[in-house]
Amino acid sequence: MSLKDILSPLRVWERAAQKPWTIKDPINDRPGADNYRGFHKNDFSKCIGCGTCEEICQNDSIDIVPVAGQETVEGDSGLRPMIDYGRCCWCALCVDVCPTGSLTMSNDYTWISDNPEDYRFIPGATETKWQDSEAGYKRSPDMQILNYERVGMSEVEPGERSRSFMEIVKGYNKEQAILEAQRCVECGLCVATCPAHMDIPGYIAAVRDDNLDNALRILYETNPMPEICGRICTHKCETVCALHNNGEPLAIRWLKRYIADQIPSDKYKEILGTEHLTDEKPGRKVAIIGAGPAGLSAGYYLAIMGYKTTIFEALPEPGGMTRYGIPEYRLPYDQIDKDVEYLKSLGVQVQYNTRVGEDVSLEALHGDFDAVFAGTGLHLGRSTRVPGSDHSRVYFATDLLREVTLGQEIDVAENIVVIGGGNVAMDITRTLARLQNKKYGKVQVLATCLEAEEDMPADLEEIIEAREEKALIDPGWGPVNIEIKDGKITGLHVAECLSIFDENGKFNPEFDESSKKFFKADMIVESIGQGMDMSYLSEEIKSKLKFGRGNRVEVTEEFQSDLKWLFVGGDIIEGPDVIHGIANGYRAAKGIDRFLTQK
Amino acid sequence: MSNLSKNKYKGYDADRSKYPETRNGEPVIDLDSHKFTKMWQGPQHPGVTGNMSVEIIVNGDEIVHAQTHVGYLHRGFEKLMERRKYIQCFPLVCRICVPEPDTNEYLVSAAMEELADITVPEKALWLRTLNLEMSRIASYLMWIGGQAGSLGMGTIGQWTVGMRDFWLDLFEEMTGGRVYHMYMVPGGVRKDLPDGFIRKARDLIVRTRKLLRDVENSFLSNAVVKSRLQGLGVITPDMVDEYGIVGPNARSCGKEYDIRLNNPYLKYDELDVKMITSTVGDAFSRAQLRYDDIHQSLDLVSEILKRIPVEGKIQAEMPNLLNWKIPAGQTYVKAESTRGEHGFYMVSDGTDKPRRVFARGASYTHAISVLEKLAQNISLSDLAALMVSLHTCPPEIER
Repeated sequence: MSLKDILSPLRVWERAAQKPWTIKDPINDRPGADNYRGFHKNDFSKCIGCGTCEEICQNDSIDIVPVAGQETVEGDSGLRPMIDYGRCCWCALCVDVCPTGSLTMSNDYTWISDNPEDYRFIPGATETKWQDSEAGYKRSPDMQILNYERVGMSEVEPGERSRSFMEIVKGYNKEQAILEAQRCVECGLCVATCPAHMDIPGYIAAVRDDNLDNALRILYETNPMPEICGRICTHKCETVCALHNNGEPLAIRWLKRYIADQIPSDKYKEILGTEHLTDEKPGRKVAIIGAGPAGLSAGYYLAIMGYKTTIFEALPEPGGMTRYGIPEYRLPYDQIDKDVEYLKSLGVQVQYNTRVGEDVSLEALHGDFDAVFAGTGLHLGRSTRVPGSDHSRVYFATDLLREVTLGQEIDVAENIVVIGGGNVAMDITRTLARLQNKKYGKVQVLATCLEAEEDMPADLEEIIEAREEKALIDPGWGPVNIEIKDGKITGLHVAECLSIFDENGKFNPEFDESSKKFFKADMIVESIGQGMDMSYLSEEIKSKLKFGRGNRVEVTEEFQSDLKWLFVGGDIIEGPDVIHGIANGYRAAKGIDRFLTQK
Repeated sequence: MSNLSKNKYKGYDADRSKYPETRNGEPVIDLDSHKFTKMWQGPQHPGVTGNMSVEIIVNGDEIVHAQTHVGYLHRGFEKLMERRKYIQCFPLVCRICVPEPDTNEYLVSAAMEELADITVPEKALWLRTLNLEMSRIASYLMWIGGQAGSLGMGTIGQWTVGMRDFWLDLFEEMTGGRVYHMYMVPGGVRKDLPDGFIRKARDLIVRTRKLLRDVENSFLSNAVVKSRLQGLGVITPDMVDEYGIVGPNARSCGKEYDIRLNNPYLKYDELDVKMITSTVGDAFSRAQLRYDDIHQSLDLVSEILKRIPVEGKIQAEMPNLLNWKIPAGQTYVKAESTRGEHGFYMVSDGTDKPRRVFARGASYTHAISVLEKLAQNISLSDLAALMVSLHTCPPEIER
């Protein structure tokens, strides 16, 4: 100890002359940092109520609750997070994880209320002083809790695939599938949107845990056609996937395909516990018209409920439009057969080449069976009815696609124009491109449609892949007339399409006659929608049924028509797509069971 | 042993007391003899660091026996983590030590990264190093306040805790939180540095050094402080291994042990960290050593601010952290906190939740066994000063 130690502390008096550090009005003079994790805000216009915030909250302080004025719509559960500040630890994981970025925080420090209930509030619905503040914690693009990039799918190169009908998508391997399945946030928006309400998070979790047996069981609870659906489903589930708000949606369809692809068909009965089901069925008999997705689905669920089911199919093979409408490069026939063979092993009988209405009458079926389910699909083409469309070289896409499947020779022209912008139009365009490649060694097919490029109803990947295969797509044009010289088609005149629907929302396209174009062609294919062939309904039966919009048979929620024994479903009621057919078949089977047990 | 410890009133080896008698090496304390008084310091006591208590038996004003009691702050974080997904753990662990939460955040992330074999990007490593050094400064500033306050010099505490608040301002800008920063997530950090941060940090370094000069004048060069702290709670080199003493407490008696140098992590192998040691081992030497350590941390922050890359990713490629599973394994990771070696032992079993997490806080040994030993034969009024001089943090004892 020295004299210095006694004198030195006195130097603190220097501080008496310094300005104090204290801020007089800290709330206003020194607001929180731009990045401060203050109180929650939620932008209802962006929030989809996926509940990922609730899932990640480690304090269980978030509940997803219904909010007045928020409707449940496709892709939005209508629920919103309610936060309990008695539990919250302000870690902001909910903000970081929010796939839409709707959940943020203000930079406020204080919130004073004498009512403890106030501190359990719904950001965005509860009036707060900070709801319009800009500053505060937000999700950073540099740090991500979720994975917004899809595991890439390997495909056959365009050059190679445009010469053959080999399947384009190769499918995931185990490692890829588990990686992709890990991306799921299990929000369940997909379950609500899927027409069949498949337990998608359930089977994705099973893939993640590498428990494929369980995954298959979950699939078959609501969908007996995983190989078909896993390839060509319209995947509405992916459109509403929460991840889609900030990146690529989960590859739900490919994961479904992965499950079915991994399990050989001889294991199905053991895994699904259906070994006891055989041809010998004591139950009542149900006839099904059409071996498409709806008919097969109804057949499956009726069979496992113990009914003796017979499917009458007009064409020589099963699958309906999935076989005769969808080209083999998207859905190989052996995959349809895999799903159908399992069905048949459960005792479902299929009579091919039997057209109801011609080979056997509906009345006869009514006589022989206790109930009938009709899922006959949309097999007829629709015409544009422009001048020249009655020419023999103007075809319907559905007819040509069926002929390709049946192995019939098609007189492919060198220059083809396809009218239509939907998935069927892309199917026929790409099929014709392959056939042209085979015959001429080059592709000269062009697809045109009324819709502008961004409004085309076809899936984006279909459009991209068609172009990769050298097909031309020129959207936004309306057909005016087909030019015919010396009895031969020379091409299609089109005019720019200004609008498709009038102010009442009715289909009434308007063309700009001053802006015209001519597509050279010697063969034209129309693909502007499909129609139903209900000729198997006799006049007497028709008189007992009610018909609604689009001449569709009116049915109950269980697809029962006014004739109690007749159930109708599939594309001729809803859709058109495979998953609606499968969902209809499932519900119709339940309806038939109810009808027959009550009878 | 320096001559300072030969102070006539205190000292580890000074035979100050006639009581209690010892029989077979054990003190004979008969409370009914009216020679002894049993009393409690804590859990509510300004001289106790955090929520713990010391049950003491005094003879006059001399402590003859001390028994520590913990458990007032047990929140079961280790157990809670077993029920939480990996990503949900980092908001929990910061609470293991309130004044210096970042070491916990770093270690829990580092353990997961090691088990899952994840390489953290360069920039994130620098940001983590910066964060840890800043937290050392904030922690030490709070400690100075405690040490001065334990001697009745509350004003110095007001200065340093006030200055700590300016460091918390920086944390607020950098991480979004003042006390619980929750900045280091598995794979990297949450945010890049905001605009203007480096300039503000440099200004604050200058202001802190100015404050430290005042602290030196009024605290370290203070006859009262020296007379009370010199010779108090002397840790001998033998005790270091016997009790598992780490950090400044170990370095103050000559043990060269600093994880930043002995087992460099993050960017410490590229930084000029010096081993600061002393040979005295008493409370005053520990204070002096920590004072030097703040200066070193200020130097390191300046150095890091110069070297931190402008460009670069702040998070490694990670799977969906909601469904993140870590392969089965176990690891122990450690880092140097202001109190010494801080470690996390983690066992993963291949699921999305840790099977076992063990947080090893330096305070466990310092605040229990070392304190009980050093409290013997000191004056009752020095107990608070002794406790603070060991820089204990009871939340760390009871994870």
